[in-house]
Amino acid sequence: MFDIERWQEIFNTIRKNKLRTFLTGLSVASGIFILVILLGFGQGFRNGIAHEFEQDAATSVWVWPGMTTKKYKGLNPGRNIQLRNQNYEFSAKLLQDDIEYKSPRIFVRDISINYGKEALAYNLQGVSYQFQQIENATMSDGRFLNYQDEINTAKVAVIGNKIAIDVFQDVETPIGEFIDISGIPFKIIGIFSETEDREEERIFIPKTTAQKVFNGGDRLNNLAYTLVPAENFEAAVAQSLKFKNRLQSYLQQAHTVDPDDTNAIRVYSAMEEAKRYYSLTDNIKLFFWFVGICTIIAGVVGVSNIMLIVVRERTKEIGIRKALGAKPWAIVGMVLHESIFITAISGFTGLIFSMGLLELLGPHIQVDYVLNPSVNFNVAISTVFVLIVAGAVAGFFPAWRAANIHVIDALKDE
Amino acid sequence: MIEIKDLHKSYKMGNNKLHVLKGLNFSIAEGELVAIMGSSGSGKSTLLNILGMLDELDEGSYTLDGVPIKNLNETKAAQYRNKFLGFVFQSFNLINYKSAMENVALPLYYQKVPRKEREEKALKYLGQVGLKEWADHLPNELSGGQKQRVAIARAMAAEPKVLLADEPTGALDSKTSYEVMDLIQKINDNGNTILVVTHEEDIAHMCKRIVHLKDGVIVEDKMVEQVRAEQYV
Repeated sequence: MFDIERWQEIFNTIRKNKLRTFLTGLSVASGIFILVILLGFGQGFRNGIAHEFEQDAATSVWVWPGMTTKKYKGLNPGRNIQLRNQNYEFSAKLLQDDIEYKSPRIFVRDISINYGKEALAYNLQGVSYQFQQIENATMSDGRFLNYQDEINTAKVAVIGNKIAIDVFQDVETPIGEFIDISGIPFKIIGIFSETEDREEERIFIPKTTAQKVFNGGDRLNNLAYTLVPAENFEAAVAQSLKFKNRLQSYLQQAHTVDPDDTNAIRVYSAMEEAKRYYSLTDNIKLFFWFVGICTIIAGVVGVSNIMLIVVRERTKEIGIRKALGAKPWAIVGMVLHESIFITAISGFTGLIFSMGLLELLGPHIQVDYVLNPSVNFNVAISTVFVLIVAGAVAGFFPAWRAANIHVIDALKDE
Repeated sequence: MIEIKDLHKSYKMGNNKLHVLKGLNFSIAEGELVAIMGSSGSGKSTLLNILGMLDELDEGSYTLDGVPIKNLNETKAAQYRNKFLGFVFQSFNLINYKSAMENVALPLYYQKVPRKEREEKALKYLGQVGLKEWADHLPNELSGGQKQRVAIARAMAAEPKVLLADEPTGALDSKTSYEVMDLIQKINDNGNTILVVTHEEDIAHMCKRIVHLKDGVIVEDKMVEQVRAEQYV
C-alpha cells in the first residue's frame, strides 16, 4: 500500500493513458453517482412517509363504527353501530396491559359557537384528558384538559393554534377568553399545535361535558388508543395487530356483528399502515440498489477492459519483471492495485458529487411523500465497500492473465 | 555450479514432435566463462531457457549450485531465478519509464531489500559498469552499449550464482561489443560464473571455454585461450 515504486508505476501508466483512464473513471463515477442519488431519493421517500405518519402517535389505534353489511344471528344488515361508554370502559379494562393512552371522542354537531359577535365554524369534540398524547399535539400555550375537568364536567375548551390566530388576533392571548357554545360560556384554557392546519381547526372539551351538556347520553362516536412502546418496530407491529384483533372481536361480540363484517366496526392501526408503506419503501430501496449496482457493473467492465489493455501493453515489461524474479502474486498485486486505485478515485469523485448534490438540493425538495432525500453514513460506507470490491473484481481477471504471462513469449513481444 | 545430465527437450508442433535437445551432458564449475555456440535452430536458446528456469526440461536432470531444479511452480521458479540467476538479453530489456538506477534496483525490490539499501547497491553496481553519472537517466537517453551495461549491472545487483547472457552483443556494433565483453571478462575475473550464448566466433573466443551445439547435441566442448577484449577497446 505504501510502496512508493508501486504508486510510481501506477501514475506512470495512468499518465500514458490519460484520456482512456479518464473516460473509464467517468463511467465508474457516474455509476456511483446514480446509485447514491437513487438511494438518497429512496431515503427521502421513506422520510416523507415517516413524516405523514408523524401526525398521530405511531402506535395509535382508532375505532370507527359504521353500518352492518351482513346478516348475523337474526339481525338484518343495515344497522348503524353506536358505540357507548360501556364499550369504551370495558375495552379499556380488557386490554389494559397494552394501552398507554386512551380516549373516546364525541362529535358535537349542529350547535352554534360564538366568540363575541363572531360565529365560529369549527369542529367541536369531546375527548379525554389523554387525547393530547394520542394526537401528538403540543401545547403552544396554557394546558390541555385534565382529569379534574372531566370529573367536574368543567366548561373549559382547548383550541387549535389556527383558531387562535384567525379569531383571537385582537387579544393578547386567547387564554381566559370565553367562547359561547350553544349559549353556554366555555373558558379557553389552552392552545395546541399540530403538524397540519386542518387538525388545528378543532375545539376540544371534556368528554363528560360533551355528553352531559349537549345531551349525548352515553353515546360515543369514536375510540382512540395508543399502545405501550414495544422493543422494536416488528414487535410494535405484532402488538398492534394483536391489539386490533382483540378489540375488534370484542366490539363485534358486544354489538352482535358478524366477525367477517369489516364495514360495521372498522379498526384502524397506524402501525399496520406504516408497516405496509415501510415494506414498500424497502422494496423500492432494494430496486434502487439493483439499478445502481447494474450501473456500477457497467463501469467496472470498463475498468476491467482498460486493465486488459494495460496488461497487453505491458506484456514485455511483465516478462522482464518475471525474469528478474517477480512472483506471480507480485504481478497480480500490481495490476489489482492499479485497478482498485482507478475505481476508488473515480468512485469517490462520484460519491462526493452526488452527496454534495443531495446536501445542497435535498432540504429544498418539497414533494408529497418525499422529504429531505439524503444518504446516511452507513450507505456511504456500503458504497465505498462496493467500490473496493468492484475495483478488485475489475482488476482480477486482467491481473490473472498478467500473472500467467509466459516469460519467453513476453520477452519476444515487441 | 551447473550440472546437466542427459537433458532432453521437445516441443509439440501440431501433430509432430520437434526434438530440440537430444541428451546433453555437461557441467560448469564455479568461476568459468563459457560460450555456447551454434547456428539458429541448434537448440542453444532452448538450453538457455531451461538453464534460466524459464522453461522445463522433459528428461534428465539439472542441478544448480547443488539444488535440483525440477517441477518448480511459478512462485518457486521466480524465487530461484531471483536468488541464483542474472539475465542479460540481446535487446537489453530495460523498463523504459524507470531510470537506470531504478532498473538496476528492480531485482532487489523483488528480494524485498529496503528502499535505501536498494538504491545504494544499485549505485554501487552502476559504478562498477562505469555509469554512475547516468543513474538518473532513462534508458532512451542511453546508447546501446550503455543500455547493455545497465542491464549487466542489473543482472549483477542481485548477486547471482550464475550470469546468463543471451547474445549480449547481438544488437551492438563491434567496438561496443568489445566494451561489453571487456566488462563481462572483468566480472568473470572477480570469480563470477558466466554463460554467454553467441553465434559470433570472436565473441566466443573471448570466453574461456566453448561449447558447440548442433541439432540438439554437443558436437564440441573445448577450452580456449581467452582473447582479452581490452586490447580492442
